[in-house]
Amino acid sequence: MTQGNTERLGIVVSGSLNKGVEVKLDSSASVEDMAVGRYVTIEGQKRRFFGMITDVSLEVTDQKLVLIPPDVSDPFVAEVLAGTSTYGTLHVLPMLTIGGDVTSLIEGPQPVKTVPSHFSAVNLASQPDVELVFGSEDERKFYIGTPLDMETKVCLNLEELVKRSNGIFGKSGTGKTFLTRLLLIGMLQKGTAVNLVFDMHSEYGWEGRNEEGRKVKALKQLFPSKVAVFTLDEESSRRRRVSTDFVVRIGYDEIEPEDIGLLRQTLNLTEASVQAVYQLAREFGDKKWIEATLGLEDEDETRQLLTRLSIHDSTYRNLRRGLETIRRLPFLESHVPDNPVKRILEYLDRGINVVLEFGRYTDITAYILVANLLTRRIHAQYRERMEKAIGEDIAPPRQLVITIEEAHKFLNPEVASQTIFGTIAREMRKYYVTLLVIDQRPSGIDSEVMSQIGTKITCLLDNDHDIDSVLAGVSGKSELKSVLARLESRQQALIFGHAVPMPVVVRTREYGSTESYKDFISGEETEIRKQAEKDIEELWE
Amino acid sequence: MQRAGEVIEASTTDFMAQCYELYQSPPFGSLVKTRDLPVELYGVVYNATTTGLEPGRRPIARGKDEASEEDIYRSSPQLLKLLRTEFSVLVVGYRENEKLYHYLPPNPARIHGFVYLCSPEEVREFSQSFDFLNILINTHLTVSTEEIVAACLRQMSQVYEDGHAFLVAAGKELAILLSGEFNRLKAILGRIKT
Repeated sequence: MTQGNTERLGIVVSGSLNKGVEVKLDSSASVEDMAVGRYVTIEGQKRRFFGMITDVSLEVTDQKLVLIPPDVSDPFVAEVLAGTSTYGTLHVLPMLTIGGDVTSLIEGPQPVKTVPSHFSAVNLASQPDVELVFGSEDERKFYIGTPLDMETKVCLNLEELVKRSNGIFGKSGTGKTFLTRLLLIGMLQKGTAVNLVFDMHSEYGWEGRNEEGRKVKALKQLFPSKVAVFTLDEESSRRRRVSTDFVVRIGYDEIEPEDIGLLRQTLNLTEASVQAVYQLAREFGDKKWIEATLGLEDEDETRQLLTRLSIHDSTYRNLRRGLETIRRLPFLESHVPDNPVKRILEYLDRGINVVLEFGRYTDITAYILVANLLTRRIHAQYRERMEKAIGEDIAPPRQLVITIEEAHKFLNPEVASQTIFGTIAREMRKYYVTLLVIDQRPSGIDSEVMSQIGTKITCLLDNDHDIDSVLAGVSGKSELKSVLARLESRQQALIFGHAVPMPVVVRTREYGSTESYKDFISGEETEIRKQAEKDIEELWE
Repeated sequence: MQRAGEVIEASTTDFMAQCYELYQSPPFGSLVKTRDLPVELYGVVYNATTTGLEPGRRPIARGKDEASEEDIYRSSPQLLKLLRTEFSVLVVGYRENEKLYHYLPPNPARIHGFVYLCSPEEVREFSQSFDFLNILINTHLTVSTEEIVAACLRQMSQVYEDGHAFLVAAGKELAILLSGEFNRLKAILGRIKT
């Protein structure tokens, strides 16, 4: 079973399934060549185990060595002691087994349920091993990066990925945007889902910038036929020379009381003000309440109304101040002829991905208001269609992935139960709508929502609360913690969850060079060619 | 094959041999062998003595009127016959039917068996395995075991082209055998470093 070309590291000396196994390094393997996050295979007697190095430590056979260190300036003594009296150990977390029998070969790697026996040989995982585990690129699998110190591709099963909500986390400046762009490209390339991206900083639609300030192409430039750019801020788009497909305007009549509830924190509203909104909405009607409230001027009448609705004067003033903030948003108009939700759905139905740029309106009030408002309606539509699809036995709507940034503002414990995003995250795939959540403070996200996130892709995090919340409920949490805290601050990410068979640290695929663009697009071309070939074949049948 | 002496006392663990010429004992730590056909016993020289032939008669100082030490022997040639050199050998293995075993043989050496110094080829063959080190470090002799082990390894390393690699390998074996006794290991390593 052993493969000749693999590099032997040592042997298993102790361990448990829960805590992982200890591996004593051979004297030929240097502790300094090891790296947390690397893959190893363990040759058990009956099966092979696939695991990850989660810790490296130094040991001595005799404690005297620690108390009175030998003179290692003598190369002979150093050479003799290395690997014998002084040795390194690896802590390896076995993740998968690759069985020796036929059935397990067909089924592929399975999660571990036991540990390898004593003194099993441990090797560095070879390229074929990693390929066996993470698969190779195909119609469903998207190449996202390479494992540390390896050339093998790590592929995400996008079809599985989009069935659940996913999260991309990491400190600011660790590459969340690049990863997101990469993932969106993957979804576009493989056509597994249509995307609606709420693009707060206008960096996914036409072009973005990398750390050095160089321009990089974004979705529309790479897939012009598959992406539509919507904008809230026409002027900003024009200045950036982005051709937009639609300018989104939102009418006051589309703002519902729930939307105000969500904005409570950002608008600094009191609980009573939010209650007052519902009362006013009941009074004036769901569509007109905001205009009517803002139009209240006549003092006597207003006072009468407020007394009737038993709304305290201070509450009213608090609410009024909040609504004025909303009114100042330029994309809000009293009446809008075109319905943005309808337009977005039209595009999505045609399989065209929509990126909504916010232009200058990067403040969180605008973002929350618009994202929530549009998503709620789109979700409602999807729900309707899905129910119809079940009832009439027709094809369900296309899988939709909604990308939101600053997710903790939508999904924090206080509002997660009220926002549509909380609902989507919990309902998961029933209605074919899932989320791609991007955030730098995952600890701010409701734990219930967090637990429903299928695949988590996380760049470097160094706040303990953030790390804990990302890793909550994952087996081998403490081991992954050390891996996560030691990621490099750029281009490295830990991926775990539904779409990968085991947690994996990847160096993300190159993005931004001409070759990289070619790679992304070539996938699409071959797909078109494949489809054409298929059509031709069918024609001749 | 160089003959080094003749067995005059033997037990399972060691034997003593007398040299044919005075002061011609093999070096401390060298590998020697004696035959007890079909078995060949291998041993490591751990001690050598030169004493008077008769146990009761101790040599006396004779050089008062002589100019040099050689003159003492020249003027009293009987001395060479009245003194004898003996060496003690610790048995560390044997060969039977062309196969080497690095543990004690079934029978001790035979009295009057000839003792030979091992050729470089034999030393190389014998030192392919370091199992004999275990016997060496576990004996209790008048000479300290660290000295014997170090001397033996030094001697053996001379037959190798890359003596350093041999000593490192031996050192690693010792580090395992003496895993809890770093001071002993240090003593040996200090004596064999190149």
